[in-house]
Amino acid sequence: MNIDTAIFIISAVVAVFGATMMVFQRNPVASVLYLILSIVAQAVLYIQLGALFIGAILIIVYAGAVLVLFLFVIMMLNLRGGEDLGKPSPPLSQITKYFIALLIFAEMVFVVRSAFFRDAGPTGILTTPADQFGSVESVATLLFTRYLYPFELASILLLAAIVGAVVMARRESRSDKDLPGEVQK
Amino acid sequence: MILISSVKVIVVVVAVLTGCAWSTWLERKVVGHMQHRMGPTFAGPYGLLQPIADFIKLIFKEDIVPSGVERVAYGLAPVLSFIPAMLVFAVVPFAADATLFGHEIKMVISDLNIGILFVFAVTSLGVYGLVMAGWSSGSKYSLLGSLRASAQMISYEVSYGLSIVGIVLIANTLSLRELVEMQGSDSIWFFSNWFVFKQPLGFLLYLTCAIAETNRLPFDMPEAESELVAGYHTEYSSMRFATFFVSEYANMLAVSAVGATLFFGGWQGPYLPSIVWFILKVFCFMFFYIWLRGTFPRFRYDQLMSFGWKVLFPLALLNVIVTAAFVMLD
Repeated sequence: MNIDTAIFIISAVVAVFGATMMVFQRNPVASVLYLILSIVAQAVLYIQLGALFIGAILIIVYAGAVLVLFLFVIMMLNLRGGEDLGKPSPPLSQITKYFIALLIFAEMVFVVRSAFFRDAGPTGILTTPADQFGSVESVATLLFTRYLYPFELASILLLAAIVGAVVMARRESRSDKDLPGEVQK
Repeated sequence: MILISSVKVIVVVVAVLTGCAWSTWLERKVVGHMQHRMGPTFAGPYGLLQPIADFIKLIFKEDIVPSGVERVAYGLAPVLSFIPAMLVFAVVPFAADATLFGHEIKMVISDLNIGILFVFAVTSLGVYGLVMAGWSSGSKYSLLGSLRASAQMISYEVSYGLSIVGIVLIANTLSLRELVEMQGSDSIWFFSNWFVFKQPLGFLLYLTCAIAETNRLPFDMPEAESELVAGYHTEYSSMRFATFFVSEYANMLAVSAVGATLFFGGWQGPYLPSIVWFILKVFCFMFFYIWLRGTFPRFRYDQLMSFGWKVLFPLALLNVIVTAAFVMLD
């Protein structure tokens, strides 16, 4: 067994282990920490595939920024495990969650099938030459030519989310005037 | 190949740890003199053996684990704050390429072509050690310290990342080795190609954000001892505390080394061997850090946040836009 296979097996096992433990943890903070473990292992897999840029971005954006914020919120709300887990959720959200799970599973099966049996990955990858695969240049070229509109749409979506968050935060702080933060100003 | 790499890894790790140890000596000595004291004098000449004495003291202290901590996270936290700091040195070129017994040896552990992104990816993971320490300790002071740490590091990471985009735009590469080679010059003005002259604003932003990222004065909110006892590492003692302590210095050395590489030409310089130049530049950064600590009072928390978002962030964006315009018109 060469070292590449060993690294692949270790990081694949760690990624799946992290994802599984994330689902089965009762404590939300521990859950987030397992998610980080899983994402770092996934980044290793990307880097091993030669997609250095995607691997680095996965760590910077997901593990570095998004999950810190996530952890931050959970710690602020101080959710210790087992508080809201006891009561069953309303029937509509029960149906929705199974539907979404089914959808994601179907998508996964589709992707795996197309990768294994038709000898073709997602379409974008095929257009780049093999030695350039996963480099910053090739990702940027695809992103700013072929996928420009989805890229810009995604950024508008993020902008809308930011504006929404600001609006909600402002509304709440106006309603209670005795906030210590207001006094300092 | 594997043998050479292993030797490089061992040499770099030993060098960084030694650097950390004697940075603590330097800090105590320099701050001492700034405050009209002598600093450490007893252990060895000029107190030079003080780090060893400290190490022996810390390793023989009792390792106290308070009741009510989250055991696993509590144990992992110091390690998780130490490892990212060390990983940065994997991509920093520390000397000119050398030839030994007919082998070309690159004086960098791993010459990644996304070197800068690697540095930022790794440093962005450093916050988890602090967050886990604060959360797992089960103490109010620790939790407050780690909340501050995460808020501060997220806020300053944005400007930190943007501050070096200017360099990337000019140089058109993400590899630290290529960046260093670009800054070399054979003329009398050996420093003429250093990026600090092309990106002065970028350098100031990098310096400020780097201090905030490493939680040093005047931005050491997460461990403000007059407010939070010791912040996120309040409940730690013995070697676990020492690991946090060393990782703070390793972080300082890491941002100093990256700063010297990006803005001051890394190992480039005339007459002296390249490794001496590199160490000299890192030393200047470290001295500047300590100098700041001896000079400035601590920021207030809301000042820190508004400074980060309302001053540094717009300046960083401005720097990127102006640089991009210049590069496009060139």
